Amino acid sequence: MAGAAPQGPPQGSGQASGGSTGYRQIVGPLLLPTWAVIGVFLLLPVLLMGVYSFLTKEFRGGVIWDFTLAAYDQFFVTRGLFGDEPPQIEWTYIAIFWRSIWQAGVCTLICLIVGFPTAWFIATRPPAQRSVWLFLITVPYWVNLLIRTVSLKFLLRDNGPLNEGLMAIGLISDPLPLVNTNLAVQLGLFYSYLPFMVLPIYAAVERYNFALSEAAADLYATRWTILREIVLPVVKPGIVAGCILVFVPSLGAFLAPDLLGGAKTFMIGSLIDEQFKGSQGNWPFGAAVSMILMALVLLVLLVQARAAGKAGAR
Amino acid sequence: MSTAIDVQNVIKKYGQSTALQGVSLAIADNEFFTLLGPSGCGKTTLLRCIAGFEDVTAGEIHLFGQNIASLEPNLRPVNTVFQQYALFPHMTVLENVAFGLRMKRVPPEARRARAGKMLEMVHLSSFADRLPAQLSGGQQQRVALARALAPEPKVLLLDEPLSALDLKLRQAMRVELKQLQEDTGITFIFVTHDQEEALTMSDRIAVMSQGRVQQIGAAREIYEAPVNRFVADFIGETNLLEVQVERVLDGIAQVILPGGHRLTCPAAMMAAGPASGAGRHHLSIRPERLRLTPSGPLVAEVERIVYLGTDLHLLARLQDKTAVTVRIQNNTREGLPAPGTWVTLTPEDGAARLLAD
Repeated sequence: MAGAAPQGPPQGSGQASGGSTGYRQIVGPLLLPTWAVIGVFLLLPVLLMGVYSFLTKEFRGGVIWDFTLAAYDQFFVTRGLFGDEPPQIEWTYIAIFWRSIWQAGVCTLICLIVGFPTAWFIATRPPAQRSVWLFLITVPYWVNLLIRTVSLKFLLRDNGPLNEGLMAIGLISDPLPLVNTNLAVQLGLFYSYLPFMVLPIYAAVERYNFALSEAAADLYATRWTILREIVLPVVKPGIVAGCILVFVPSLGAFLAPDLLGGAKTFMIGSLIDEQFKGSQGNWPFGAAVSMILMALVLLVLLVQARAAGKAGAR
Repeated sequence: MSTAIDVQNVIKKYGQSTALQGVSLAIADNEFFTLLGPSGCGKTTLLRCIAGFEDVTAGEIHLFGQNIASLEPNLRPVNTVFQQYALFPHMTVLENVAFGLRMKRVPPEARRARAGKMLEMVHLSSFADRLPAQLSGGQQQRVALARALAPEPKVLLLDEPLSALDLKLRQAMRVELKQLQEDTGITFIFVTHDQEEALTMSDRIAVMSQGRVQQIGAAREIYEAPVNRFVADFIGETNLLEVQVERVLDGIAQVILPGGHRLTCPAAMMAAGPASGAGRHHLSIRPERLRLTPSGPLVAEVERIVYLGTDLHLLARLQDKTAVTVRIQNNTREGLPAPGTWVTLTPEDGAARLLAD
């Protein structure tokens, strides 16, 4: 086989190296479809958005091929209502970003607090039971996210089952204003992304060697110390993965804020969504917001990777 | 000599199955004590009960007079060396060794000094800043040992600590472990299924089977004076012959061998038995204490001769088809009997032992 290869390895090199050359020759073409998909459906759209963010907006949607920084200027700078005042920092969009980061952060924390014990519980069941529990965790996700979010809204609204139930047992006399609040958005985000926290932590805990806990107990560590000093550091990669998988999508989420939130809970996802809808849209601005969001996410991941790298080198 | 560990009638049940069926044993201070038995005999369960990882179903465990059976593991002044070492993967070697000291709130200065001394003792001083994953199996083994010894436990528990090492390293570690035990003066309780390990290191051995202690004694005692079939069969090689006991008198039994010859042999075990031990029982004769003689009480047909280097094994069958092995030192210049020929065998004086079943 080595001899048949166009640029075969030099004489005397073993069968194994000839084989691996052949292997590489097959792998190259086999990877083509993957590269095509990634290129066409991932890199190209991002590149397109990047370019769009520097173009001029066309009313009623679309762009004019006229390069400008107007979209970024709109995001960061204000010149008053009529554009004739000295430039100042525009806080509107930064506030939306801050609110989104805050919401996503709180969502990640809640998912972690609920997800860790859940994952621990599942991972410590007998192996046959684990798959049943994992199955149960994923069952709600067979239903479309939109449907699930809408049904959450029905559940929470003034004459929904939750409020009616509470009023029926006399706990409250007037319906609680649940829809269009931060709480509702938070609930929606939590509900949407919990499994993304549970699954990676489950995978880490399942691999955890419980002899380590025994060894620590044997060396006079209390239960709390074992959790803090042995368990958490060892399963940390799973926790970090879970946090990223929850934080990143909930930062850009728009379904839950749109359906469950009000004007006060406006988030990045909705802001972007709005720019590409109907005649009110502003494509370059939407693209610019997307670019800024992506830069932010990359920054978070970079900081995390740096921290992990340092911890690994220690 | 004071008693370090006193195990009293410990029973351990897992649901329907019973892992320990009433185990009692006393281990002296400074003793190298081994729990020996096949897998599933309960030796590791007993060790885990002493360490506190398992609750006993019934019975008491005393450590220097204090009943520790209901204490949490972190409150028991005993430390364990685990089978797969269980080193903390995110801590350096030094941090691993110092962990127990830190938990005992030893001040940092004293902690570092003690941990350093422990690493010196196991010849790993230059590896203090490495992570466990960067060490070989043998080195990890030493770290586990140093970590368990650092807090100066009253008793050190070792759960098959050598089983993951290769043969050469295992043999070297045996000597080192024994040396370490003598140097530190700490009581070692060592769990193994490897009889050679047990025989070479231990002051005393408890042979366990099916959740019970079968025999406790020094290596020589257990090898040369096994009390029952299990111990005789498990420790070393032996020939078990089914015999008819005629009578037992003053600890000496007269038995009829397969083939009809009579033999008298020590039968300390039988005297205590009911009906003065008459009936069918088993006789144990070690292969190296069986001799080829011109005439003797046993007649056997040679099946094959196995060459083992320093020894030869002569495999033969008695008239009743019982297989017997005779170990012959490989220094005979005389011709050996060919397969198919009949030979006569004689046990050395005191070599045949009548066993309780």
